[in-house]
Amino acid sequence: MIVAERKPIKEIISMISGLRKILVLGCKGCVTVCSAGGEREVEILAAIIRMDRKKKGEPVEVVERTLVRQCDPEYLDLLSDTIGQFDAVLSMACGVGVNFLADRYPKTVVLPALNTKFYGVAEEQGVWSERCAGCGDCILDRTGGLCPVARCSKGLFNGPCGGSVNGKCEINPDIPCVWQLIYDRLKDLNQLDKLDEILPAKDWGVSPHGGPRKIVREDLKI
Amino acid sequence: MSSAFKPEVTAFCCRYAVYSFAEDMEALARAGFPDGVKVEQISCSGRVDVVRLLKALENGADGVYVVGCEEEKCHNMAGSQRAKKRVEYIKDVLSQLGMEPERVEMFFMPRGDEARFIEMAREMTGKVMALGPSPLRGR
Amino acid sequence: MKSGSNLEKVLTGGQFAVTAECGPPKGTSAEAVKRKGEMLKSCCDALNVTDNQTAIVRMSSISGCVLLKGLGVDPVMQMVVRDRNRIAIQSDILGAVALGIRNMLCLSGDHQKFGNHPSAKGVYDIDSIQLIQTVKRMRDEKKFLNGEDISGEVPLFIGAAANPFADPFEFRVRRLAKKIKAGVDFIQTQAIFDMERFLRWMAMARDEGLHEKAYILAGVIPIKSAGMARYMAKNVAGITVPKEIVNRMTGAKDAKEEGIKIALEIIEQVRAIKGVHGVHIMAVAWEDIVPVIVERAGLMPRPTL
Repeated sequence: MIVAERKPIKEIISMISGLRKILVLGCKGCVTVCSAGGEREVEILAAIIRMDRKKKGEPVEVVERTLVRQCDPEYLDLLSDTIGQFDAVLSMACGVGVNFLADRYPKTVVLPALNTKFYGVAEEQGVWSERCAGCGDCILDRTGGLCPVARCSKGLFNGPCGGSVNGKCEINPDIPCVWQLIYDRLKDLNQLDKLDEILPAKDWGVSPHGGPRKIVREDLKI
Repeated sequence: MSSAFKPEVTAFCCRYAVYSFAEDMEALARAGFPDGVKVEQISCSGRVDVVRLLKALENGADGVYVVGCEEEKCHNMAGSQRAKKRVEYIKDVLSQLGMEPERVEMFFMPRGDEARFIEMAREMTGKVMALGPSPLRGR
Repeated sequence: MKSGSNLEKVLTGGQFAVTAECGPPKGTSAEAVKRKGEMLKSCCDALNVTDNQTAIVRMSSISGCVLLKGLGVDPVMQMVVRDRNRIAIQSDILGAVALGIRNMLCLSGDHQKFGNHPSAKGVYDIDSIQLIQTVKRMRDEKKFLNGEDISGEVPLFIGAAANPFADPFEFRVRRLAKKIKAGVDFIQTQAIFDMERFLRWMAMARDEGLHEKAYILAGVIPIKSAGMARYMAKNVAGITVPKEIVNRMTGAKDAKEEGIKIALEIIEQVRAIKGVHGVHIMAVAWEDIVPVIVERAGLMPRPTL
């Protein structure tokens, strides 16, 4: 899923400064699963905003709503009748949702309440970590299913740098060295010879570095 | 101002910890429980959620606290520990809003300890008294 | 000759090589580079110029190399893949060759998080092994990474680092083999303090015949103080400082002299190891000790070729 977390309250407060009528808009997709921008978080943020304005003696009307997703037009369309009455929509979706709202409603101020972090997993309750970088050209068949693009701090392709110590990354002892994990796994799978092959320079043209990406599936288009 | 200030405090209390005495508020008051503290019983302190605490503050409570079982002896395993984390969360929210984090607290008590329950209420009322009225009060 | 550099001549001539390191200044002073160059030129066969080492912004390696070249020093241009993409890397290589640089050390680079611009975007377009491949292709095929032709020669003696003290240990020789397969001519290792582990690594390298495919220069860091020994033991990922060395430094009356002795012992031991072709002395912030160490190690005078 896409993992996000709420921006610091002060940042959100300053972003909406002076606005009188705000739609706090949650999303029931990934950000609900990672407890950043679902129905519950919408309720919390709305209460926080009202508290702030009460404290300052500045009136505000906060409307709470949560869509099934903010990355599909059919759900964004549900806002078309009411969105005009708001000074801004404070989206609690990932950056995708914020963008899509802005695309769909050119006359509406759209603001992000979250920082979108990564494509990741829930390691356990309350702990998420990154697994994929969306580089556009998957090499996981070469690396035992573990991604050095997303999980090596230097994104190395041909084994661990000289800073891999006791299975940990040199930049932070809490981060496992993914190359140690890859090594251990390929050893267990009896595939260590895969590591002897030199992975060539990667084609970053299919990653975000190649410009915004798009997929068109003619077989699915109507 | 402080002489006229009567703190309004809401206490969210684990029913399991307080049921033996909290049904009779008049008796509690006679035993010294401060007026101005509104007791809301909940099935477990772990059930109190962030929104409920925030709304109490939003509606002008000068202080809010949660009473749960002793940390290691929670009737529902880790309920009171979860409640404590939520209280910490609210404290952080209050700080970020420029309000005193002490307006929200977590208390733990042995089941049925009425004297301790009264003591906690007085402690919280005293603390809120010192802080003065909530900036959200009456707005 | 691949490059005709002094270092290449010394190594191919079968001599035990000595290289050292010159950290460029955090400023614009050519004098600062030249001072170090003058100090070190007679005691080493080539002098590495670090490339924004530990991700702290300093004068570029390429310009430091040019300044040293002017003194008659054979410079080794270090290049990290942290700060440049393949376009900038190849462009800098062309420029370096045009300016007379003949040795290059291919590195990943310390992560930017450690440096003085921790919020910088790390590039890592290619990794250090792909960099070796790139330089080799430029030199041997006169082609860029994309296959296009280069006009002119790219005579570079290609180096890389190896760290026998990082993990997973069993992979460290495989990684050396990959670097050699990619086209490396010489290796400078991480500083050796744990001799037992270095011996095991060298034995594994010899088992693979790697000592005959690249010149291995053993890394030596002279320790200046007990505090430095403790700091390296505790804080530097990928350097192992055994307790006995920390104890020797702590117990020494004259810590500097003890540090020199330890360095000399390490040099003596590595000279006896089959497949070690030289030493690389990294006297961080203690450059003036290098001539003393080289002299006392009996490695003077350096050959003139």
